[in-house]
Amino acid sequence: MNDKYLPAIYTAFALGIAFLGWRIDNAYYLQLLIFIGLNTLLALSLNMLMGYAGQISLGHAAFYGIGAYVTAILTTTYQIPPVLALPAAVGAAMVIAWIVGMPTLRLSGYYLGMGTLGFGMIVHIVLREWSSVTGGASGLVGIPPLSVGPVEFASNKSYFFLVWAVVLAVIIFCRRIIDSRVGRALCAIHDGEKAAAAVGVNTRRLKLQVFVLSAGIAALAGFLYAHLVFFISPGSFGFMASIKIVTMVVIGGMASIWGALFGASLLTLLPEWLHAFSEFEMVVYGLVLMVVMIFMPRGLTRGVVDIYERYRKTHDRQ
Amino acid sequence: MQELLQYLFSGMTNGAVYAVIALGFSMLYNSTDLINFAHGEFVMLGALCMVSLTAGAGIALVPAFFVTVAVVAAAGMLFERLAIRPVRNPQPVVLIIITVGASIFLRGTGMLIWGKDAHSIPPFLDIAPIDIAGARLLAQSVWILVIVTALTAGLHLFYKKTLTGKAMTACAVNKKGAWIVGIPFKWMVLLAFGLSTGLGAVAGASIAPITMSSYDMGTILGLKGFCGAMLGGLGSLWGAILGGFLLGILEAMGVGFVSSGFKDATAFLLLLLVLYVRPQGILGTAEVKRF
Amino acid sequence: MNGTAKPMTGSDPILEIRDVNKAFGGVQALDRIGFNLENASITGLIGPNGAGKTTLFNVITGMLAPDTGDIRFAGRSIEKLEVHQRVALGIARTFQNVELFESMTVLDNILVGLFTRTRAGMIASMLRLPRTRKEETLARDQAMELLNFVGLQDYAHRKSGDLPFGWQRMLEVARAMAAQPRLLLLDEPAAGLNMAETGHLGELIKEIRSRGITILLVEHDMSLTMSISDHIVVLDQGGKIAEGPPRAVQADEAVMAAYLGKKATPTKD
Repeated sequence: MNDKYLPAIYTAFALGIAFLGWRIDNAYYLQLLIFIGLNTLLALSLNMLMGYAGQISLGHAAFYGIGAYVTAILTTTYQIPPVLALPAAVGAAMVIAWIVGMPTLRLSGYYLGMGTLGFGMIVHIVLREWSSVTGGASGLVGIPPLSVGPVEFASNKSYFFLVWAVVLAVIIFCRRIIDSRVGRALCAIHDGEKAAAAVGVNTRRLKLQVFVLSAGIAALAGFLYAHLVFFISPGSFGFMASIKIVTMVVIGGMASIWGALFGASLLTLLPEWLHAFSEFEMVVYGLVLMVVMIFMPRGLTRGVVDIYERYRKTHDRQ
Repeated sequence: MQELLQYLFSGMTNGAVYAVIALGFSMLYNSTDLINFAHGEFVMLGALCMVSLTAGAGIALVPAFFVTVAVVAAAGMLFERLAIRPVRNPQPVVLIIITVGASIFLRGTGMLIWGKDAHSIPPFLDIAPIDIAGARLLAQSVWILVIVTALTAGLHLFYKKTLTGKAMTACAVNKKGAWIVGIPFKWMVLLAFGLSTGLGAVAGASIAPITMSSYDMGTILGLKGFCGAMLGGLGSLWGAILGGFLLGILEAMGVGFVSSGFKDATAFLLLLLVLYVRPQGILGTAEVKRF
Repeated sequence: MNGTAKPMTGSDPILEIRDVNKAFGGVQALDRIGFNLENASITGLIGPNGAGKTTLFNVITGMLAPDTGDIRFAGRSIEKLEVHQRVALGIARTFQNVELFESMTVLDNILVGLFTRTRAGMIASMLRLPRTRKEETLARDQAMELLNFVGLQDYAHRKSGDLPFGWQRMLEVARAMAAQPRLLLLDEPAAGLNMAETGHLGELIKEIRSRGITILLVEHDMSLTMSISDHIVVLDQGGKIAEGPPRAVQADEAVMAAYLGKKATPTKD
């Protein structure tokens, strides 16, 4: 739609990041922005699957966790440099996604929902119980900071730039996929799987591909998370974490890349602003998911736009 | 041998509970083509209502049991009326997110009402465990088995003999056709939700005496029930029973002979395996929907 | 082709349907169906509602598996191929209740139609390789050409779901054409069209045939079907009751019986 302006938007986005990084020195705010970046990656990853291809994952935190744990184990137990652990972390998540997606994506949406939910539970249990490797419930400590050759991303500021550079890159890549033959076919699957197959789209293969891609992006976020906090435990990758990712996409709007940014920001900031929020977290998320989906099945931001357009149309007619 | 028997007993008790939960999934799927991701939360509500009514309000067990089931079934019908019926675009993804939302919402509400602590109540009848060949069978387990048998028989008769049951099956087979012959489709969906969540409540109320009940017990129980339903064949009455028991027994054997930490993983591995090998389940014959 | 097709004896039929059976529960939806489609011909598939026409479409395109029987396309059995593989081979279709990708633009619908004729994968698209860009430009040109063909070139960037119904039908035909099929199956393409639109559609179908594409047409508009078809196949209650040139079929007693509701004894010719 705004193909022409995309380079300008990307430039503005990059300048915005540079400006924030230049102006903000407060460690707390930097940390918050880094978390917004990580959550944006997670929301983008699920958005590719849910928003564009219309398939759901209720266990996305598992891929996030796999990314974090693989790098944590490799860099602490085996002393492998983080740069080399990155392909392993992302690759492991993608291979596992391929194995899990193969049977479930063949079937209708409900099975993928249950399959991924069950898969998320398994991963959580394995992280908790396989103490000899994962450190069990207490997790893994002493994850080294990220360094690429002589460049070390130890400070909050350098990490801020790194995370947001990755976010921008992922946004660009996702956008390119969406505007391509593959992306159009994914949207077609969402609009009508039967019709998509009837025009020659190999729906099963494409759904599997986007599922694997989505898992890879989530694992990338997990990798960045592990080298940010230096300490990980299974609690960060449980069922609620998966639901949080779904909520970000639902708030941000299906099939909207900038919406993912919005959803991620809101869900990162809300608990910070409202300290009483943690008590009511589940009730609020649950209500948001239900209400938005009942009245705006394309998500909150899109829903608002739709309502505005409908209003304008009826208004124009009068 | 004695050990094996002991595992079998505990597996059968859990299995019976999974079977009842699986029945809830299956019968709802049968009449509405929908999988309720919040189903486990209704099991939780059943268990905690039972706790409140008996330990809290001091009501006798039998009336408390029926009140619990009625209350939870009413909650299930309210859920259908408020959150499912208004959906204009009933795609799986949308319905999954709505029912998942309901699940989180109920879980959060459960936490606000009953707190984060676990609760328990005394068994239905205070009888010493029965000793069979050296293995102990809890009296509550016998109760649960009796309840499952009664429910199965009741549901079987409901579907085969009553007009409402037949009408419900008709809705499942052909929505439009059912509407044309004058079956009140909306009422059938509402009734199916009530029955399904009521079954969940039966499962929850029955296990309240033998387990610690807390606000977060529902998700895992729901998933295991679903696994049982898939294992036996989603939508099949006998499949749900078979799948539930099979899962319970396999899980107990896994705990006994492999490791207890991974107990919960058994169900999910089994679920993935079923999806891989035989998505229609053991007793399912109908082709699983591919689109 | 000389306007009228020679039934059953053509040299190289593009599609051969042999003894196809399909039952739903106790209902025999297709009962030993067998006929051939001549290359670059228009065949009208007619019959009362419930005769099994759409079921046959679904069997040919691979959306339903027949219980028994064989279907050969361009000389090879396609029984084991999936829907998208059959499209890649050259079998495209439209749907009775237009199934567009409604949230997408008119142009994007055609571009999805070009899926089997383009290659760019996920990684190539992510990196925007030179060959990917070239392919994309080429695809857009082809898509615009097809929109020109059906007369929708001015609406390329409209949301397809917003088009009037008649145009949606045209768009669906263009989308099917994008797959560069050798056989095009049209399921009631004139349903819901007005007289002028129907006339235009008839011209379009003949134009498609003149490009060497074989057409199997299910249509209730008899004047359209009889005027453009080279060959007619009549189904009733799952069985084939007649086939031949339009004139011969119109005079066939079994066909009259089927349409007028008299008891008919299926004849096999």
